[in-house]
Amino acid sequence: MRKSEPGSASRVGERLIGALLFSSGALSIVATVGIVVVLLTESLGFFAEVSPVEFLAGTRWSPDLVPRSFGILPLVNGTLLVAGGAALIALPVGLATAIYLSEFASIRTKRTVKPALEILAGIPTVVYGYFAVTLVTPVLRTLFPGVGVFNAASAAIVVGIMILPMVSSLSEDALSAVPGSLREAAYGVGATRFEVATRIVVPAGLPGIAASFILAISRAIAETIVVTLAAGATPGMTLDLLQSVQTMTAYIVQVSLGDAPSGSIEYRTLFAVGLLLFLITLALNLLSQRMTTRFRESFR
Amino acid sequence: MAPEAVLETVGLGVRYGETRVIEDISLTIPTRRVVAFIGPSGCGKSTLLRCFNRMNDLVPTARVTGRVLFRGRDLYAPGVEPADVRRAIGMVFQKPNPFPKSIFENIAFGLRINGFQDDIGDRVEASLRAAALWDEVSHRLDADALGLSAGQQQRLCIARALAVEPEVLLMDEPASALDPIATGRMEDLIGELRGDYTIVIVTHNMQQAARISDDTAFLYMGELVEYKETQRLFTNPEDERTEAYITGRRG
Repeated sequence: MRKSEPGSASRVGERLIGALLFSSGALSIVATVGIVVVLLTESLGFFAEVSPVEFLAGTRWSPDLVPRSFGILPLVNGTLLVAGGAALIALPVGLATAIYLSEFASIRTKRTVKPALEILAGIPTVVYGYFAVTLVTPVLRTLFPGVGVFNAASAAIVVGIMILPMVSSLSEDALSAVPGSLREAAYGVGATRFEVATRIVVPAGLPGIAASFILAISRAIAETIVVTLAAGATPGMTLDLLQSVQTMTAYIVQVSLGDAPSGSIEYRTLFAVGLLLFLITLALNLLSQRMTTRFRESFR
Repeated sequence: MAPEAVLETVGLGVRYGETRVIEDISLTIPTRRVVAFIGPSGCGKSTLLRCFNRMNDLVPTARVTGRVLFRGRDLYAPGVEPADVRRAIGMVFQKPNPFPKSIFENIAFGLRINGFQDDIGDRVEASLRAAALWDEVSHRLDADALGLSAGQQQRLCIARALAVEPEVLLMDEPASALDPIATGRMEDLIGELRGDYTIVIVTHNMQQAARISDDTAFLYMGELVEYKETQRLFTNPEDERTEAYITGRRG
């Protein structure tokens, strides 16, 4: 048959394209698996010397100074203090912005503000870090005498501003996805715009809003450069935002820049801390993804 | 025309942006009757209906001209709160749109936002009974309303509208998303509500209009062509456009 020849040729071409596309996809999977394997194997070396209980429950972090101590809680504390402070700013303001854009703003305002917010999300984080050190910290030091050059508050404020566009943009998506028919139903029984927004649209969009919150917190936990520049390198168990703290990420930077010899216990702490950080953000991202799926299903 | 008018339009026109949807419509809706609006798709019947509870306000490009009077008061006069209008003139939509809440909360919502003082539970029951849904849901008021069938959801939406005790009930093709059995129940329900409420219903189904309404208005290309007692309109149409439509030659 005449048809078979071009048919088989195109089938070969198609297979080639398929293989190319597959290997592109495989590349990122291989890279991810590779990273996880390295994290795990190097961490195993660490946990051969330090018990996981000491690592997870210890409250003193001193991997380089004798007596050495490998309790990661001070780093977790620093991370959560900064991320919590950032969330305190970004979640309410971000949600309020989302409600305004979705329910109150004119179409024209929304068309201007939303892309602007998304551009804000594209500013390199080192710029935010610089902004923290050169602007926010001096202002804080003027307002609260006695605040050090490094403090958690400056980092928290700037990380909060940094994740704000993420919260408002994703939450706005969630609110806009609530069907207009629900708004009509609420207006139909005499609800005001505010009642429609707060009693119908926000509850209906809650899973999507929660997903945006979790994703933003995950981003704050993983944030590195701002906290390294602004929060300092003092691991400690404190809830005082005006103190210097060290986060997990900032510790990783500190050791990576230093000259911890490969294979030493200090070098291996990198991977143990990195593994925990990875597990925390992975869990948060999975949770956020699940909430988004559930949200979509409820409005099929 | 003997009965007292609940709603009246005077030279009513609506534009969406540059598009004229209805023009110069003057009609009265008499109290406690069922009035049907019929006409081909795009004739403006839904737009006209949505003028009665200012639902067109929600469309940013909509411009309403002329007057709509509710018991002699202009609904579009300055100082009139759309929320107050919509409480007095309830609406049931084309597709069932229950809130993603429990059956009970769907009805309680309107009561709560309107500062209802008495027993909410009693009113929820009364509304569900009025909408012929009580027997099916009385044992599961806490269940998610989205778990109901389409027909039940639509009756829930009617119960929700009735709960805030409107004088008028606007229905925008309320059976268009329902199967024939659910449609039949919906029509029975309208029959039961007749006499207690003034009902204005938009329908694309002429048999339905003939079965359930006292008066029928035929709209064509944004214009009110003919409006009279349903039986007379269907048996003895005066305008040839009406006749063409109801005999199926156009539309």
